[in-house]
Order: sequence, then structure tokens, then C-alpha cells
Amino acid sequence: MSNIHRDRVTSGRSKGSGPEGDAGKGDELEQRLAEHAAPDAAAWARLRRELAERASAEGLVDVAFERHDSPLGPLLLGATSEGLVRVGLPAEDEEAVLEELAERVSPRVLRAPRETVTLARRELDEYFDGHRQRFDVPLDWRLTRGFRREVLRATARIPYGRTASYREVATRAGSPSAVRAAGSALATNPLPILVPCHRVLPSSGALGSYRGGAAAKERLLQIEGAR
Amino acid sequence: MSERSLPPFERIVELHGPALLRFCAAQAGRERAEDCFQETMLAALRAYPELRDAGAVRAWLFSIAARKAIDAHRARARAPEPVADLDPLARSEPTAPHDGALWARVRALPEKQRQAVTLRYLGELSHREIAGVMETSDAAARRNVFEGLARLRKEIGRE
Repeated sequence: MSNIHRDRVTSGRSKGSGPEGDAGKGDELEQRLAEHAAPDAAAWARLRRELAERASAEGLVDVAFERHDSPLGPLLLGATSEGLVRVGLPAEDEEAVLEELAERVSPRVLRAPRETVTLARRELDEYFDGHRQRFDVPLDWRLTRGFRREVLRATARIPYGRTASYREVATRAGSPSAVRAAGSALATNPLPILVPCHRVLPSSGALGSYRGGAAAKERLLQIEGAR
Repeated sequence: MSERSLPPFERIVELHGPALLRFCAAQAGRERAEDCFQETMLAALRAYPELRDAGAVRAWLFSIAARKAIDAHRARARAPEPVADLDPLARSEPTAPHDGALWARVRALPEKQRQAVTLRYLGELSHREIAGVMETSDAAARRNVFEGLARLRKEIGRE
């Protein structure tokens, strides 16, 4: 993200200036006035941190998120005041995930610390190290509703190291014939890994699809000794 | 255009934050630049969900900053900073090292010219956006920039 403002600085303002052209194209005085570079990286990071802290203290952050390194790659962890609301997998476009949160929860999305996220980080580290079989971090289910939510709730009950078929999950969610709908519920799971949709496999025994890519699914099942 | 949904505030900070910080430094002075930046961002975040036109977010943000900077500028006028302030390269600061002596002159311009010139060159706003921030016509915004520049040229030429 940091190269965005650097672009703006070096190329001037291309949008919004209209027919007036860029501010830096005038005479020498105008060029001197328009000269500037991106802020010092360390100072900018400090300002961002202070902003996040003050905004959090004033209750202005509706969705706090942070990135978390994992063996699968960087995860995005987003939390509301109620719990963890979104886990973005490395295969997902981070910008799209943040836009989804802005649209469906609140536009007040900010990179900021949050206790729930800190807890999720620790539990995920333990999980990837093979020391944790279930997650205790509170979850906010608001990004899924209706039958899809039932499917995900049923999925959340599949024990560590075990797998279930799409039909089994559909049945447990109350609708044995809705196998296809169960599949799309799992494909749009907002809380992957914690709600273990990777434990749901086609009855053929194949790996099946996964929001984070087949390799990530295989990896998670290997960690759990299920494959 | 106004029906677009609002981007995550995170994006606003990354996209407009650096220019906003430069604007605050030039308007409010280095000592109060960070306060001006933080107060602007917090006020913007508070009001953000009610913003109706996602396309006007930059002008909206700078209009908040302009009000914060005027407060800071007035406080500064009451209690002038030491002369050492005229040498902004003397120590590291979060904003870019720009032409400190020149910007000290900009800060000494009459309020409207100072604000218009700063919005134009540090905020990279169009004349129309400047008009929006300063609540003037486009022509008045253009004139404020023009007169500010003319005055700066005259002062520099006098040396």
C-alpha cells in the first residue's frame, strides 16, 4: 500500500486536477512549492500507531484488522467488538476483503490492535505448531446468515483431525438434499481455519475446492493428521 | 458517482494521509503538525459513515484539516515559536524535507492566500477542490492561489 502515495508524489495529481494540469508544471516558484517526498517511513509508522490507539480508545474503530504471518502465508484477521469476524486467506485479495468489510459491517475499518485479534494470533500459532486442536477466540458470525450459517455451524462441530462429506454437513444443517448450497456456504466461509471448512471433502475422497486454494487445504489437513 | 459505497477508512489514511500531513505541517507549523493530523483523522473517522459522496472524500478531509489548522495557526500567532523554527531542516520531522524558508514565507501570507497555496501545492488539490474546502467560488480559489504566488514572487525578488 505504501507505494500508492509515493506514486502520487512523483507523478503529481493526475486525477481531479482537470484541465488545469499538475501543480508542479508551473514556473520555478511553483516547482519549489510542489516539491515533496513521502513521509519518513518510521515517523509515518509511529503516526499510524498513535492514530490506531487513539481511534480505538475513542471507540471509533468498528472493524480492527491486522496481518498475521502463518505457514500458509499472510492472513488478514478482522475483528468487531463482538469477536473475530473475518479471516482473509493468502489467496484472497486483501483490498477486496477490506472493501467487503467496509460494505457489510462498517466503513470504519482501520489497521489497529484489538484483544480478539491478539488472541486469535496466539491460537493460530499454536494450531500451526500442532499444539492446539480447538479455538476459543470469540467469533462474530454476522457475515453469514440463514442456511449458510447453519452449514458453517455444523462444520464448526467437526472434530480436529476428522473429515465429513458435503452431504453429511448439509444433513447436519437440516437439509440433506441441499448439498450444492452447502458447498457454496463453505466456499464463502468468512472464518476459514477457525470454522474448519477444510475438513469437508467430496465423498469421492478427492480434495475438493477451497477458498484458499487446494494446496492450503491439503496443508491444513496434513497438520491435523487427517491426510 | 455519489452512490459509490465508502472505501474502508484504512484506504483513506494510506491514500490521503501523507498529503494531509504535509498540509498540516505547512499550515499549523511543525510543532503542531502531528496534532493537526491526528485530530483531523479522528474527526474524519467519527463522521465517516455519514459521508454521502465517496468521490469528494479528499476535499472533505482537507476541509476538516483546514479548520483544525486555522485553530492551530491562531494559537501559534498568539505564542510565536522560537526563531529556530525558520530552519526546519535542523532536525528530522515526519514530513518531507521541502523548502523550509519558502514555506515560512507561505505561512506568513494572509490567511486565504496561505490556505489556497498550501492546498494547491502540498495538498495537490484542484482549484475546484480548493473552492470546496474554502467555501468560495472556483474563480476566488484561483485568485487566492494567484495572489499568493504573486506576493511570494515579490518578496523573493526584493531580496
